[in-house]
Parts: sequence; structure tokens; C-alpha cells
Amino acid sequence: MITTLADLLPLLPLLIATATTIVAMTAIGIRRNYALTAGITIAGLLIASLVAASMMSTTNSQVTPLLIVDQYSLFFTVLTCVTAMLIAIFSFPYLANLDDSKEEYYLLLGIATIGAIVMVSSNHFVSTILGLETLSMSLYGMVAYPVHSKLADKFPLEASVKYLVLSAAASGILLFGMALIYAQTGTLEFSSIVNVTKETPGLGVGFSIVALIMVFIGIAFKLSLAPFHMWTPDVYEGSPLPATTYLATIGKSAMFVVLLRLIVTTEALSFDSIILVISLVAIVSILAGNLLALLQDSLKRILAYSSIAHMGYLLIALVASYYVQGTISVEAVTFYLFAYMVMSVGAFGVISIVSSSEKEFDDIDDYQGLFWRNPWLAAVFTGMLLSLAGIPLTVGFIGKFYLFFSGVEAGLWILLAILIIGSGVGLYYYLRIVYSMLLSPKDDEGFKSGGSQYMGSHGVLAFVLALLLILGVYPTPLVSIIETISLNIL
Amino acid sequence: MILVWLISILFVGGIIAWLSERINPSYPRVIALITVVLDLLLMLSVLGAEPNSGGWIASVNAEWVPRFGISFYLAADGLSVLLISLTGFLGIIAIGSAWDEVKERVGFFYFNLLWTLAGVLGVFTALDLFLFFFFWEVMLIPMYFIIAIWGHENKNYAAMKFFIFTQVTGMLMLVSILMLAYFHLVQNGILSFNYHDLLSVEMGDRIEMWVMLGFFVAFTTKLPSVPFHSWLPDAHSQAPTAGSVILAGILLKTGAYGLIRFAVPLFPEASLSFSPIAMALAAISILYCAKVAFAQTDIKRLIAYTSVSHMGFVTLGIYAWNEQALQGAVMTMLAHGLSAAALFMLAGGLQHRIHTREMPDMGGFWVKVPRMAVVALFFSVAALGMPGLGNFVGEFLALLGAFQANISITVISAFGLILASVYSLWVIQMIFHGEYTDKKVDDSHLTDLNGREMLYFGAMMLGLVWMGMYPQSFLNLSQPVLVELLNSTQSIVAAVVQN
Repeated sequence: MITTLADLLPLLPLLIATATTIVAMTAIGIRRNYALTAGITIAGLLIASLVAASMMSTTNSQVTPLLIVDQYSLFFTVLTCVTAMLIAIFSFPYLANLDDSKEEYYLLLGIATIGAIVMVSSNHFVSTILGLETLSMSLYGMVAYPVHSKLADKFPLEASVKYLVLSAAASGILLFGMALIYAQTGTLEFSSIVNVTKETPGLGVGFSIVALIMVFIGIAFKLSLAPFHMWTPDVYEGSPLPATTYLATIGKSAMFVVLLRLIVTTEALSFDSIILVISLVAIVSILAGNLLALLQDSLKRILAYSSIAHMGYLLIALVASYYVQGTISVEAVTFYLFAYMVMSVGAFGVISIVSSSEKEFDDIDDYQGLFWRNPWLAAVFTGMLLSLAGIPLTVGFIGKFYLFFSGVEAGLWILLAILIIGSGVGLYYYLRIVYSMLLSPKDDEGFKSGGSQYMGSHGVLAFVLALLLILGVYPTPLVSIIETISLNIL
Repeated sequence: MILVWLISILFVGGIIAWLSERINPSYPRVIALITVVLDLLLMLSVLGAEPNSGGWIASVNAEWVPRFGISFYLAADGLSVLLISLTGFLGIIAIGSAWDEVKERVGFFYFNLLWTLAGVLGVFTALDLFLFFFFWEVMLIPMYFIIAIWGHENKNYAAMKFFIFTQVTGMLMLVSILMLAYFHLVQNGILSFNYHDLLSVEMGDRIEMWVMLGFFVAFTTKLPSVPFHSWLPDAHSQAPTAGSVILAGILLKTGAYGLIRFAVPLFPEASLSFSPIAMALAAISILYCAKVAFAQTDIKRLIAYTSVSHMGFVTLGIYAWNEQALQGAVMTMLAHGLSAAALFMLAGGLQHRIHTREMPDMGGFWVKVPRMAVVALFFSVAALGMPGLGNFVGEFLALLGAFQANISITVISAFGLILASVYSLWVIQMIFHGEYTDKKVDDSHLTDLNGREMLYFGAMMLGLVWMGMYPQSFLNLSQPVLVELLNSTQSIVAAVVQN
């Protein structure tokens, strides 16, 4: 097959993101200018997301066997690019005072975004691995970025090495699982792997199950699902905040989209043992994430553990997809991922605004009395936390409604009970943060001012808060978009 | 549309009150008062509106999330109107009780107060179950803030407990609502959260029981009833006075309203077979909490336990499910709304003046504050069920109706009236009678009720006397609604019995 230029047209968002990185790199080569590099990256990501959004209604094609560009992948391309852009905006004031070269950070951010776009468009193991490694490699760099800075807060090197070693091990398991599947089926395309489940293949059913479970474990590590979550709190805590945000949002959503496509296309859930494994991982993640979060005093660690729980919630909808007719479970996963990204960007955004590369304020006590010192930041943070807890008027509630709905349709009573227990426990640590902000301010305030005066960051907060509330009260526009695009998955 | 106005006026008024603090810290309370008075006037116009063929007044129905068949469906009938009016009335009272007491962050306080009221109005008028759940949760958050910010010494614990109890049981209800909607989808092919659609859903016995329990637990937690009541004493003793007024007067009634409107009509068969257990729980609530109330030394905790005890009569009446018992339940809700609110205000007023809630430290206050003593005596006597006042009508009717349904439980419950007399009079004796000693507490600020306080206590007294002397004016409003509910459930239950 000869690929013409026209065939590559659907890849335009990916190409724009790539071009952005190259332009930014060239610009650094010519003259180091922090604002310019950031500006190029932000503008490029904005253009990429706009182009992807404009293509959504018309494009649906397989570009080479590796990448599928349909409405679903374009939706997540938009989401990824916009999120990356928002994180780039937050990064600007955060890194502004770093006593080291700052410009390359945006290259890493851009390259990671390329990897994420490849992942959300992947329906082939080769592109999955390509995208995943592109994303991960850049993230190692982003996590360790302030390592040469003498003033760096936290422990970026420790976090990066920890992430690198464990992530590489997980990639190994993932690759091994893929190899077993290849040995079984002779193909790496998701759509052809169906044979693993449909027919009795040469090497036996047990072989297929082991292969699929190894793939799942590899993915579960990246999603920080328990019991493969050990790295998460340490890496979240040790990384500079923008990198943590990137890891928590795009790093998770891109991987989950791959998992969703894989599970739904290959019908892997028709094995009872796979359902059992995924359900157990969901239960352990929800309980471990929520219970361990109770013990933390660092906001980054709390959010790390809460992300473990949230990924567990998402698995419930994934399991439900096997039992439920129609697209409701896919919609639930999609909506929840969207909601999760909005609220995570917001929550980490507030912490980023008051922090910088020299000093991060991530202890609960630093936020005592924030409601009276800086009502704006406190209101945004409260909104994000209540949304994470799934309280109405916020997008997180609609997301949780989706999860409950698909769980009820599938009749997953045990998982729903765990979801309720987990959410109940979760309320405690979210409210603990809210309560701390409601207290009277301490005399020795953690941070004096309302954080960075850089308007861009506050603009981002206003944007995510608006999304959070508007979609929480009137979700219909997003609901109908997701309803349409979810048809692509089945 | 008028219902939308009722709710949105409160939402908007809350925001304006919050913002107005920047101009002058005394503006928020005035704005809040104007908002609620405006709302109350609008409510009176609802009272006069002509109901449509189904008996619903002022309904509004618009698509909200078509994907799930969720609509923005508000409507009121006689029952809702009674409770809406109670909400408006107690809203004004609550603002009055906060007038001097709340001095910090006033703007945000009145914002939360008005948003709680808005959420409650939504609960009383929503006829889409998703919308109902939405408002059910919306009223929690501002209430959490009221307790957590303006509460007393142990506010974090109380606010957290209140929130987690109600939120977790709320999620059980959400699962039940979704199951109802799912069964409707399976049976009729369309997804709907409309109350009228869901009334016709049929489920197997066992499933219906589970689904019903989801509602029951959520509502009896809010009511509250044993064994889900333990959040209430903490929340009440820590909440500021206005918070207690709203909590005891209105929020608890949303649980009872939910039982009458949703839990029983949606699941008539399961409710019928569950009614002995529910009535037994009611009897336990009445007696156990009356006994526990007697053991309290903290006056607010005491009143909180008596609230649980009195709300037991409401549960009893609802699960007896005949006209007299239901009328009794509704009357008790209204009368207890006033009497409990008044008692909490008196307790709050005392705490504001002498900075303690411990009754053993008080005594002999009649000499110093005769007006307060008389008012307290009036509301205590009302609460214990003195004929001629509203509470008597309610509890008497509830017992009368329950007697037809279950004699033994009713007889046991009736002992609650005796215990009520004991603890009510005991409170009066502890605080106002006896030797006046000024050693235990700093009584330099112990002043008698002022004109404003007398005004709103007077209004509440008037309300209770009206309820007691001419209950028909209230019963007439709720009667058609309750008869309609009874008929609809009885035909279903009768069909089951025949089969």
C-alpha cells in the first residue's frame, strides 16, 4: 500500500504538535528566550487542538495500520492538547526563577504530548508502545527537570529514578504480554486479537489469559492501580508540580483510552478470570487509595492516593462495558476521564499558583485560612475538591452519576458497594482540606500573598472552574458529544 | 414558572448578600431578610393558584439532560405548599436569630443560609428524581459550611459527621433511583426519571425491597430515626442558632417528606411488608431518644434528642399509611418545625448570653429573665403535646391512625408522651426554677428577651396556637394529596393481595 500525502491529512493535529516542538527547538538553538519558547509551545498546542476539534465531525479513517483517527481519538486529542496547553501556562511562572536552562522543559512537554496523541489514536500494540515510551521518556525528564538547581524543593532525582526503574519494569511486563499475544495470534492489531477470545488458539486458553493479564498489569502500573501503585505518592511528591499535573492528567487519560479500546475491541472480558482480576484490582485500588489518603498531610500525596481511587472507580465502568448493551459504559469512562482531567488540572493548578520551583506549598497547614486570605483561590480549590468527592453542581457529580448508572445497568452490586464506601471515606480527606481553608488564618502564614500574580494562571483557573460548574449544572452539550463519539469505540 | 422564581430568587439573593458585605457588613442580613420576605410573598401567591387536573400547582417541565430522560420538573401540591410555607416562615425566623449573633463573615453566612433554603425548596418541589437528588445534595454543602465556620467548640467533627452520614446514605438512594430508572427502561423502552412514570414501575418482591431500603435509609438518616440518628445531636449542639433552626425546623422535614412522597408511593408493596419494622423503629426512636434526652446535661443535645423522639411519631404515622395517621404526620412536621426551632433559639439565646449550654450550671433564671422563662415554658409545653397547641393535634392524629394499623406498637409509642412531659418540664425546672445562684456562670450579659426576639417568638406561638385551635386550615390543604396517594397505593396493594 502506498501512502499518499492525502492519507496523512487526518494526522494533522499530530503533525502540528510535532512541528511545534521542532520550531521551539530551533528557536532555542537560535536564541534562548524563555517567554518565546513557552509562547511557541502554547500557541502550537492551541492550534493543534483547534484543528483536531474542527476535524471531529468529518474524519474517520485508519491511517496506516498503526493509527486510527476517529471522533473518539480526536476528542481525546483535543482534550490532551488543551490540558497540555493549560499545564504549559501554569509551568511558566513556576519555572520562571529556576537557576538553570528553562527552555527545554517545553520541548519535553511537547514531545510528551505527541506521545499521548499517538496513544489515544492507537489501535495497534506497536503504536501503543511507541506512544507510551515517547510519553514516559519525556516524563522522566520533566520529573527530574529541576535536578541541577540548587534551590529545588523536593527530590526530583529520586522521583525520576524511581519512576524510570519501575516504569521500565512495567513496560517489560507489558511487552512480554504483547509478545505472548503475538505468539498466539500472529498479529498486534487490536481488532485481530479478538481471535484470542473467540477461537481456541494453538497454545491454549490459559496462555491467552496469562498474556492478557500481563498486558493489563503493565497498563495498571501506568495507571497507578493498586497493588501496582507504590511509586505514585513518591513520584507525585518529588516531582515539580507541573510535571505532577501532567503525569496525573494526560499520563492517566492516554493510558486509559488505550486500555478501553483494547478491552472493548478484543472482548477480553469474555474470560471470567480477566473480569475477576480487573474487579479485584478495582476494589483494592478504591479501598487502598481512599484509606491511605486519610493518613497523608501533603496535598500532593493526598491527590496521588485519590487518583489511585479514581482510577479504580473508572475500572467499574470498564467491567460494566461487558454486561451492558450499548455505549453507556464507554460514555461513562469518557465523561469521567474528562471530569477527572478538569478537576485535577484545577486542584494542582491552585497548588502550582502559590508554589514555585524553589518552594512548593503542599502541606495542608499551608492552606489554613485560605478562604479569608484569598477567597478566589480557596473557592476554586473547594470547587475542585467537592467535584473530586462527587458533590452536585460540579462536573464530578455527573461523572459519578455515569459510573453509578453503568454499574446499576450491569448489576455490579459488590463493586457499587465498594464505590459507595470508597466515596464515603474520600469525603473525609477532601473535607479535611476544605475545613482547613475555612479556619482562621495562622499568624505565620504558609505563603503571604495570593501566589503568582501571573494572569495566565488565574485565567486557567477561571476556565476550569467555569467548565466544572457549567457542565455540572448543564452537562447536556458534553453528554451529547460523548454519546456520538462513543459509537466509534464499539 | 413561579417555582423557578421561588428558588432562583434565593440563589441570587444569596450571591448579592455575599457581595454586599464589601460595601457594608450590615447589608447582608437586610438583603437576606428582603429576599426571604419576597419569597414568602410569592409562596402565598402559589397558595392561591388554581391546581391543574392532576392536582399540581404551578408546574414547570423542561428538558435537562435528554440522554438520560432527565427533565427540570418542578411542581407543588398541597403538601409541598405547606412545607414551602414553613420553609419561608422559618427562613425569616432563622435570619432573625442570626441578626445579632453572627458577627464574623456575615456575607458568606447569609449566602449559605439562603442557598440551604433554596435547596430545601427544590427538594419540596422536584418531581424528577434526578432533580430531587440534585437538590437533596445541594442543600448539604451550605449547611456544612454553616456548621463548620460558625459552629462551636467541636464544629469540625460535627460538620464532618453530618456531611458523611447524609452523603453516604444519599448515594444509596442514588443507586435506588438508578435502579428504578433502569427497570423503567427495561419495561417501557425509554429512560425516565419522571416521578409519574416511575410510579408505574414493577419489580420483583425482593428487588423492590432492596430498592425501597435505599430510599428508606437516606430519608430516615435525614429524619432522623434510630439507628441513623447519631449525627443529629452533634450537629445541633455545634451549629449556630440559625443553623439549628434550619436543621430542626426544615431539613429534618425533607426526610419525612421524602418518605411520604417517594418511599411509600413508589414501593407500596415493599413498604407494606416493611411497615412493622419501620413502625417498630419509630417506637424505639420515640422511647429510646426520650430516655437519652433525659440523660443529657447539654441543653442543645437534649433538644436534639427530643427532636428524634418527636420525629418518631412522624415515621409511625407515615408507615401506618391511613388518612388520619398521615394527617397526623404532616401536622407533627409543621408543629415540630415551629416548636423545635423555638426551643433551639431559646437555647442559642441562652448560650449567647452566658456562654454555656450546661444545664447544671444554670438555675433560678426565672427571676432574671421572666419573659424568656414564660416563652420557654410555652414551647416546652407545646412540645410535650398540650391540647390546644399544634403538636398535640399532630401526635394525637398520628397515634389514632397508627392504632388502626398496629395496636401493640402504638400503645408502646404512646408512652413517649409521658416521657416527653418528664423531660420538657425537667428542662424548665433545671434552668428557670430553683435557687438563683450567680456563682456558676458569668451572668453579666443575661438579659431578658428584647423586642425583636419577642416578635418572632410571638409569631411562632401564634402559629402553634393556630395549628392547635383550627388545624382544619392546614388539614384541608394536605387532605386531597394524601387521599390521592392512599388511593394510588391501595389499588396496587389490593391487586397484589387478590393475586
